[in-house]
Amino acid sequence: MCKRLNSKEELLSLYENVKDLLALRDNESDLSEKYYISVCGGTGCNSSQSPEIVSELKRWAKECGVEDKVEIAIAGCFGFCERGPIVKIFPDHTFYTKVKPSDAERIIKQHIIDHIVVEELLYKNNIKQSVKKQDDIEFYKKQHRIALRNCGYINPEVIAETIATRGYQALAKCLTEMSQDDVINEVVASGLRGRGGAGFSTGTKWKFAKASVNDKKYVICNADEGDPGAFMDRSILEGDPHSVLEAMAICGYAIGADEGEIYIRAEYPLAVHRLKVAIEQATELGLLGDNILGTGFNFHINIKYGAGAFVCGEETALIHSIEGCRGEPTLKPPFPAVKGLFGKPTNVNNVETWANIPVIILDGAKKFAEIGTEKSKGTKVFALAGKINNVGLVEVPMGTTLREIIYDIGGGIKGGKKFKAVQTGGPSGGCLTEKDLDTPIDYDNLVAKGSMMGSGGMIVLDEDDCMVNIAKFYLEFTVEESCGKCTLCRVGNKRMLEILEKITKGLGTEEDLAKLEHLAVAIRDGSLCALGQSAPNPVLSTLAGFRDEYIAHVVDKKCPAGSCKDLVNYEILPELCLGCSLCARNCPVGAIVKTDIPAKNPRLNAYRIMSDKCIKCGLCISKCPAKPKAIIK
Amino acid sequence: MKTNQEMFDELHEFIASLNNNPAELIAILHRAQSIFGYLPMKVQSFIANELGINVSKVYGVVTFYSFFTMVPKGQYVINICLGTACFVRGSGKLLEKCEELLKIKNGETTPDGKFTLTTLRCVGACGLAPVMQINDKTYGNITADDVDAILAEY
Repeated sequence: MCKRLNSKEELLSLYENVKDLLALRDNESDLSEKYYISVCGGTGCNSSQSPEIVSELKRWAKECGVEDKVEIAIAGCFGFCERGPIVKIFPDHTFYTKVKPSDAERIIKQHIIDHIVVEELLYKNNIKQSVKKQDDIEFYKKQHRIALRNCGYINPEVIAETIATRGYQALAKCLTEMSQDDVINEVVASGLRGRGGAGFSTGTKWKFAKASVNDKKYVICNADEGDPGAFMDRSILEGDPHSVLEAMAICGYAIGADEGEIYIRAEYPLAVHRLKVAIEQATELGLLGDNILGTGFNFHINIKYGAGAFVCGEETALIHSIEGCRGEPTLKPPFPAVKGLFGKPTNVNNVETWANIPVIILDGAKKFAEIGTEKSKGTKVFALAGKINNVGLVEVPMGTTLREIIYDIGGGIKGGKKFKAVQTGGPSGGCLTEKDLDTPIDYDNLVAKGSMMGSGGMIVLDEDDCMVNIAKFYLEFTVEESCGKCTLCRVGNKRMLEILEKITKGLGTEEDLAKLEHLAVAIRDGSLCALGQSAPNPVLSTLAGFRDEYIAHVVDKKCPAGSCKDLVNYEILPELCLGCSLCARNCPVGAIVKTDIPAKNPRLNAYRIMSDKCIKCGLCISKCPAKPKAIIK
Repeated sequence: MKTNQEMFDELHEFIASLNNNPAELIAILHRAQSIFGYLPMKVQSFIANELGINVSKVYGVVTFYSFFTMVPKGQYVINICLGTACFVRGSGKLLEKCEELLKIKNGETTPDGKFTLTTLRCVGACGLAPVMQINDKTYGNITADDVDAILAEY
């Protein structure tokens, strides 16, 4: 297996030899002599004991003497994090959710030996029916997986499985059949735009880097995924690291670079580990390193660690960080394509962007460009999180509406609450409201609505979320992460945050709202990089969509969502109070006392909250057994 | 337990293995922090010396990145995720509870050196929100009521 590949033909013959590795997973049949069990090994499932599930499954397989009938392996993220850990059984494609290590015995004895599905572990849809197969679950039905194609399908630590999915054939095709310009033209024709935030044409970026004449050039993979609530890059690196390595090498060939750097967050230890394994295996096979596939093309990849600075997602800041300096952005131009890492021409793309490249080369730009909208081609991965039933990673064609993502794929709002807004684009983005639900999502539509694509975080908010508080949350983030270089970003954002703090404490005035808008424009115009330029977006978009909520805070001194503590008063309604005393017994500060007013049950007395003692922790509401709750805020 | 000299020797060897290249400063600081637990001034001047750069440059980098610390951390580092998904699912309450139980503020270490309380932005386990990590172990889907029992494990 470790034999070095010296030509495209050798790669293709290896592919022929190993493609049967995936036979059990590709073919579908209900009765089989052999089984393949895939256990999700993404970060989320890993912290819910998926390694223990694997060892328990192996132990029971051995105990029951079926070791040779069943292969058990870790796979990358399945995306359906809400129901993790996920265990999928092939070839019958049974999809088990929320599996515990103690379920291993049942899976082996009942499913593998007796061929009976373990009903209790199946996904239940919204009408409580069990759904057996992954493709029949609503969460997956509208998805179209390109960047995530191999996540949850192959074992990321075994390169043979990547080869079996035609891995590195796109690189081989570029090196043997295409000129540098052919490759770039193909990427341009695909219409692929950067998935990291700004949405610049990937092919055009490559063209600029190729046009710069220099003896040394660099390719950089931006894996500094800092947007809180977005985790698609990490899942791709964990589940399909070779797709990124292959794409970087393709770009290296196209622009004339022989060295690549992956700049990754130190907070992603599992992704780093999988990358290291992948680089080592690819180098051993001669798919990276010197004289790749005997073509004379050299390409080496190094891993560089971030150290916790959001601004390093900005490409000039990232480059300074790799150089061992403070990650402060610098003015563009010169663009990295002209003067980048160590002063050499450099092309930076984000992880998800890279993951699309091999598919574009192998299947053709035309096929890729058939997906999506007029100006945004292909798919986009969104990290769906917040107050939503199906938290997870979803990949949908560009142009899918928010309604489809939130209600059809996401299964609607948690706990039957009312949808309020969805935040896209992280700290640089904005909030979209109910009236935007039917807008097809692409780069340009999101910007027109005052938000942005960003890296694809999508946080769903419900009626309990206060929009002023959400804006404050994002500004706290920006203030903390501003590198301090530009005065307006450093000081201006701090002032905005102070105003928002004042408003959430009930001390704001209408004049403050005007000040916020004034500052926002100044910060946007007076900052060097995208962090500062887009920092006011969360405030501006909530002011535009939820001005009444700001007015309620500053004029009526009320928080309609009941989330700003200083503006909330708890009260017990005697006509609903059962007189059970549960609230009083649980109150941590003894602020609830019995009154002489009769409760709903006239034999008992109702309770009352002393507002001067109350710390507004909300414990009484959660403990109140009355329906509807006797305590309001 | 390594002696001070052994720790400096280990760092010296690591820096030499990177050809004393100043561009590797961040990698060197990562290694130094894992050896010493934190980055006191004498470690920073040692690194500056080895790389032939000003100590002000090392200090500038150390203070720029949130991952690096100049004060020793506790035996157990509690990280509470304040990413958006965790925030809207109540991780702020976890932080308050930890502050209350340990009687320290965010960023501080208990006087006995056992716990350090810090926050971070998104570990990427949004499906488990809200999430709290203690050293390498992740606790997901927890409420403020669970914090007491979790801390008792340590």
